[in-house]
Amino acid sequence: MSTPTSVKYQAQLDQEFAHWITGVVGGERLRQCIQCGQCSALCPLSAFMDHTPRQVMHLAREGFKHEALQSNAIWLCASCYGCAVECPKQIMITDVMYALKQRALREKVYPRHFSIPVLARAFFEMVRANGRITESWLVIRVFFKTNVLKIFGMSRLGLNLMRTGRFRLRMESIRGRHEVRALLDAVEAATDEGRRTRAPGNTSSSHVAGHSPGREAEAGKGAAVV
Amino acid sequence: MSATTLAGRYLYYPGCSLKGTGRAYETSLLAVFRALGVELLELDDWNCCGATAYMSVDEVKAFALSGRNLALAERQGLPDEARGEQVDLIAPCSACYLVLNKTQAYMRYYPQIGQRVSQALQTAGLRYKGSVRIRHPLDVLVNDVGLDEIALKVKTPLKGLKVAPYYGCQIVRPFATFDDRHNPVTMDRLLGAVGAEVVDYPLKTSCCGGSLTGNLPKVGVTLVHALLDEARKRGADVIATVCPLCQFNLDAFQERAGGRRTNDHHAPTASQQLPVVYFTQLLGLALGIPARELGLQANIVPAEPALAKRGVL
Repeated sequence: MSTPTSVKYQAQLDQEFAHWITGVVGGERLRQCIQCGQCSALCPLSAFMDHTPRQVMHLAREGFKHEALQSNAIWLCASCYGCAVECPKQIMITDVMYALKQRALREKVYPRHFSIPVLARAFFEMVRANGRITESWLVIRVFFKTNVLKIFGMSRLGLNLMRTGRFRLRMESIRGRHEVRALLDAVEAATDEGRRTRAPGNTSSSHVAGHSPGREAEAGKGAAVV
Repeated sequence: MSATTLAGRYLYYPGCSLKGTGRAYETSLLAVFRALGVELLELDDWNCCGATAYMSVDEVKAFALSGRNLALAERQGLPDEARGEQVDLIAPCSACYLVLNKTQAYMRYYPQIGQRVSQALQTAGLRYKGSVRIRHPLDVLVNDVGLDEIALKVKTPLKGLKVAPYYGCQIVRPFATFDDRHNPVTMDRLLGAVGAEVVDYPLKTSCCGGSLTGNLPKVGVTLVHALLDEARKRGADVIATVCPLCQFNLDAFQERAGGRRTNDHHAPTASQQLPVVYFTQLLGLALGIPARELGLQANIVPAEPALAKRGVL
């Protein structure tokens, strides 16, 4: 007899994960979330999510690692920052979503042919190689890595873009490609070093001031207007 | 105000989209600033801002990428620090504008991010001291050039043209300092100053779906449909955008969005096509710049019929 359940005993929760997510950049106040649902209410993509943003925040901070990382919500988040601006507890929900995407990519727990994580990776690699993105080639690469047949479904769009001169195949590239690579490698090396020297789970080292960086911009409003 | 601003010169960061599918934005932006006598100097050898993709892979790498652009801007802009000067860097694309601002905010707010980015920059032989200010063209046009100055240069007022001002998400949320995050009005005021009739558009800061239109068309196109539908209901002749991705989504996926049926609407006929243009294209027309020099021919849903109907073309 199968008895599936979404309830877990505390011992089944991943405490390391809960600790990690409440220490990521933007997630420092995640424990203060009052589950008001403002984020879910204004998120334009809630309707398509298996877990709404409010649920994802709660699942993540309680240590429901599998549920949070496998949720389609993290890939549907389009980074519109609506939730981050409205959260009464000033949780940078968009940043928490980014952290979950990063972890899902690192642990390779995303649908393999799902084009959003594939796009993120392909984008990342193109910038590393050339310093810039050439949109046409990026799209072509993603099609080849996901579902090449979908190209035919998009052919009308492609023709429209060619007709209006918006589909250019010249690859953009910069002189300072080596600088870009050196930068990214330096960050990578420092991250690896950090992972080695920190005890597992003890990744929370963020400095937390009274306001989130987004709110500071608001507090300084007018300062940039001359 | 910095000396760079006083001299009527700004550094300009186009970003990848303005060299690709959003070329009409660059064409019209440069034409408008030229007509207003403001010089834009392209940042030499700039790199991609990383957009949302880099944040999804590693946020410190994303900040480091933007750190290089900021360091280059500081080097090229040569601010006189003794006089507390800043370099103004214009970023027209909403994703670039957000990421550059976010990098500045987070480098200041999180000391460990500032430190890691500085170290990475050093490895690449670069240094960023913090004197760059990220500006949006709307901000510069309204707050530096000024609406009165722009109104004086109008040759063809956009009389009778009904415009839905669409700001999208990433320019006012969460790091912009030049406008309100719930009800931005800078574009409303600018287009109003050149004679356009700006319609009330409550979805002005709603999300266009970003890359979801391509990745999950069913989902992305639903958002596009809602935005177009609302603008039609408000009687708009055109939608004005400030972002290459918003323009792309509302223009290129309009045909598909039109095919969607909601409870009280049928698929729109060709006459209900709603052109989506850059605010700089409308501004350019008002300043008397020919349509071809504003990249209007790059629209998939042609803008000319709607503009001609109101006598703007």
